[in-house]
Amino acid sequence: MTSLTSAPALTFDKVSMVFPDGTKALDEVSLTVRPGEFVSIVGPSGCGKSTVLRIASGLLSPSEGQVELDDQNIGYVFQDATLLPWRSVQKNIELFMELEGVDKQARRENAAAAIELVGLSGFEKHHPIRLSGGMKMRVSLARSLTLHPGLFLFDEPFGALDEITRERLNDELIALFLRERFGGLFITHSISEATFLSTRVLVMSDRPGRIVGDFEIPFEYPRSEELRYDPLFAELSGTISQALRDGHS
Amino acid sequence: MSKTSLRYGWLGTGGPPALVFLTFVGAWYGYSALVGPTERNISSPYPHAVVQTVFGDLSNLTELLKATWVTTKVAGVGLVIAMAVGILFAVLMSQAKWIERSFYPYAVLLQTVPILALVPLIGLRWGFGFKSRVIVCVIISLFPIITNTLFGLKSTERGHGDLFLLHNAPRLTRLRKLHFPAALPAMFTGFRISAGLSVIGAIVGDFFFGRGQKGLGIKIRDYTNFLETEMLIGGIILSALLGIAMFQVFGFIGRVITGAWHDGA
Ligand SMILES: Nc1ncnc2c1ncn2[C@@H]1O[C@H](COP(=O)(O)OP(=O)(O)O)[C@@H](O)[C@H]1O
Ligand SMILES: [Mg+2]
Repeated sequence: MTSLTSAPALTFDKVSMVFPDGTKALDEVSLTVRPGEFVSIVGPSGCGKSTVLRIASGLLSPSEGQVELDDQNIGYVFQDATLLPWRSVQKNIELFMELEGVDKQARRENAAAAIELVGLSGFEKHHPIRLSGGMKMRVSLARSLTLHPGLFLFDEPFGALDEITRERLNDELIALFLRERFGGLFITHSISEATFLSTRVLVMSDRPGRIVGDFEIPFEYPRSEELRYDPLFAELSGTISQALRDGHS
Repeated sequence: MSKTSLRYGWLGTGGPPALVFLTFVGAWYGYSALVGPTERNISSPYPHAVVQTVFGDLSNLTELLKATWVTTKVAGVGLVIAMAVGILFAVLMSQAKWIERSFYPYAVLLQTVPILALVPLIGLRWGFGFKSRVIVCVIISLFPIITNTLFGLKSTERGHGDLFLLHNAPRLTRLRKLHFPAALPAMFTGFRISAGLSVIGAIVGDFFFGRGQKGLGIKIRDYTNFLETEMLIGGIILSALLGIAMFQVFGFIGRVITGAWHDGA
């Protein structure tokens, strides 16, 4: 694992967000994601989790506070896979490289490697309309993987998938995390998913979102399925769940 | 076989429209018999007389097909020009609200001014031949292309836009790789509607701009003057077929281009 003493991949310092219509979405949110850390945020729906990611990615500027990104090269996986329906799997995976000006030869090679990594070999020529939800998510992951980002943002990426697919993708995500060693910031409304994946879980309050809990998850990687039935895992999940209820005013 | 045809048997196939057609032909016979039971009936000839005259006589059929070809050329050229102009304006209008607000009222005006009111002016300005006929086609088919293309360009999903913004893609790249492909299905809806309208425009144009090669509209006018009702009906049938064919051609091209990824018409 990368040393936790290296420069943070992402820092929020007292970030607040008020939308033009007056909606206060975030209230002095401070957080840090270091390289090799996988941080999850759980919080009630509408509390400002997506807003955190939009600000982190630069899609949105905060009303107040500082955001520092170590490397502008970030991966961003949205809740719905946001694949371009007119592009094949291959072409969708090449999109970010295309926009970054990567030449054709390198695009081919990187896309092939990413396709292999997420287990989509043989589906290169399919259009998204013919893929299952889980496969679309894999394409979305592969698309970001091609640029080997230092920081990966995930906005409830598996929220719309069935339990079995979700758990399989959790395992695959951990394998990718160990291999690529990116810093991860993962939004989910599932406490068990957060606990299973993360090195740290942050709990957000109702809107306006504040960080009301910060929990270390001490389990070693790679994490196996049995972990989900570990008493310590259950205890941690319970504590997080309690913090979530306390933040619910 | 599609799901519907399995569930409803013959009702899901060509059965119902065929039944309507037979009823229609039957009613036509009844009407013809009622109005004038003579062999050659000027106001309402029997259907079989029409078929005999139009399709049974090669020189008659050739005459109509030639006129159909002339009309196809006029409608086709008009449609291509309308597509180029319409897409250009839709793209411009999609780029800034003020451009859209500046041009949209005139697009609507183009749609609402009765074409027949414009026709004399067009004739005086551009002559009474091919050029003016094409202009009528352009005017009549422009609006659906502009509105459908504009709608398509603006229907891009926000999440897709974010992908391009995240990588600082310039406006032209976003237009080419995002907005334009996203607009294709809507654009083809517009093309299909306008293809039919363009045929109507060509025939309307014929009525007023008779110089040069004779299109279906001119023939229809001539047949009316000479009381050749069978040929007149033949001209109507061929213009309807031409409209349907143009509509289908764009439906087909649309399916070839967007069929693999878009489930729609
Ligand atoms: N562009 C916007 N303008 C106004 N309000 C917004 C905007 N985006 C999000 N919001 C509001 O901010 C709050 C937080 O939104 P979001 O971050 O999407 O919540 P979450 O992802 O936690 O469900 C919500 O109440 C939402 O309605
Ligand atoms: Mg959200």
